[in-house]
Amino acid sequence: MFKFFVIPGHDRRLIPEGRLSGPMPWVIAIMIFLTVLAAAAGLAMTRAMGDVSDELSSRATVQIVEANSEIRSDQAAAVAERLRSIPLVEEVRVLPPEEIEALIEPWLGTQDLGEDIPLPALVDVKLARAATDAEYQSLRSDLQRIAPGARIEPSSGYIAPVISLVRSFQWIAFGLVALLALATASAVIISARSALNTHGETIAVVHLLGGTDEQISRLFQRRIALDALLGGLIGLVGGGAIIWLISGQLSALGSGLVQSVGLDWWSWLIIAVIPILGMFLAMITARWTVIGALKKIV
Amino acid sequence: MDEIVRFENVGLRYGAGAETLADLNFTLYPGSFYFLTGASGAGKTSLLKLLYLSQRPSRGIIKLFGEDAVTMPRERLPGFRRRIGVVFQDFRLVPHLSAFDNIALPLRVAGVREKDLEVPVAEMLEWVGLGDRTSARPATLSGGEQQRVAIARAVIGRPEILVADEPTGNVDPDMAIRLLQLFEALNTLGTTIVVATHDIHLLSKIPGAQMMRLEKGMLADPTGSLRHPPLPNDQQQ
Repeated sequence: MFKFFVIPGHDRRLIPEGRLSGPMPWVIAIMIFLTVLAAAAGLAMTRAMGDVSDELSSRATVQIVEANSEIRSDQAAAVAERLRSIPLVEEVRVLPPEEIEALIEPWLGTQDLGEDIPLPALVDVKLARAATDAEYQSLRSDLQRIAPGARIEPSSGYIAPVISLVRSFQWIAFGLVALLALATASAVIISARSALNTHGETIAVVHLLGGTDEQISRLFQRRIALDALLGGLIGLVGGGAIIWLISGQLSALGSGLVQSVGLDWWSWLIIAVIPILGMFLAMITARWTVIGALKKIV
Repeated sequence: MDEIVRFENVGLRYGAGAETLADLNFTLYPGSFYFLTGASGAGKTSLLKLLYLSQRPSRGIIKLFGEDAVTMPRERLPGFRRRIGVVFQDFRLVPHLSAFDNIALPLRVAGVREKDLEVPVAEMLEWVGLGDRTSARPATLSGGEQQRVAIARAVIGRPEILVADEPTGNVDPDMAIRLLQLFEALNTLGTTIVVATHDIHLLSKIPGAQMMRLEKGMLADPTGSLRHPPLPNDQQQ
């Protein structure tokens, strides 16, 4: 597979190689830089979506709407007790009024809301697994016998629009990766054609002396693959630095969904492999371009 | 004697223009020496291109080393080209390679190991009088020196056929004689030589050489019976 890298020095001299001397490595560096950022965004969103979905798919909230605070409190306790007896339920927590007030504080201010507005009682439920619609229906009717104003809502329902949005961003990110790969291949085609034109006379001579398409294309493959690898590494370093900085800033925010937007080790591994993939893409494209051009001559 | 090249009703047309070569019928035999003559534009270079497999004919049959070169798959052509040495009219040396590397090119293309090519290339450089210009690039060589490098490159692989397009065009008369002697020596070793030239004085320098004359893309003798050039006065009986 790497045979093209070990072609002898005198063969390499046929098509002079100038490291970083042409635009090609820099074009590839920019492409790989953008690909690394897009891939990192896509991978981070995949991870965040996975974490949030896993967490929320097994969570539900019971809301008890009752104007009388005493009855509401009794109903909440009864509902909690009933829930604890169900095998599907793993954990039950009745939210204290202070916590409920803190939840709505950003919208309704810091006054003593509990006295002015009849806030519902909330019971946070963690299930052993994601429940089916039928199981939710059964829970719903069970709880309504204890508290007629009780409503159980799966948490995944609240986050569904966010998940949908994140999924859209994820596809956009991976779409960008695909477009950048296409743009990189196009840049390689242009570069290979330009090199073919520049070295056309040398190629013609080698061809007439009995050089095979394989021999000639290997010269270009090596040259373009090395340009791509060099440019790719530059792009990776730049892109990696940006991701590292952004990761640090996101961690500093320290909250919920945003905090879960991060990269694990295998995401970093995928990102690290991007320059290698870029090199192979460039090599295959160069080979395809050069052999295609050579086939047009006798 | 087995034939090495046979042309049957060969015609060559570039694009949609008139035929550059038409109705070529001739046979070349191994170990023979041929001169190809004709005025400028008669089609000498085009005929040589067909011989060294740079062009395929528009019509007709070309048999090379006993095989049909017209319908031969493209992948097999490099192997056949390695059996043919070519001296191009404009030398076609690789400008960024030294004289040594230019001469070594056919051997490297053929996969000869580096340690096996140093001696023959150095000997060839000596033979063409360029032993002291091993590292010189073509741009620093005179026209005559470039031509000698081109000839050395064509013969280094001991080709079965040597095709030379005006090989003495840029050298002085003494060097022209020496180059012809080189061709003659190769011919003695069994290489078939085809030399295109418009220098009629050369024709008498190789006793036994045969001559093809092209006129407006056609052989002057369309039967393919090649004529011997006149012998020099001192060899005539």
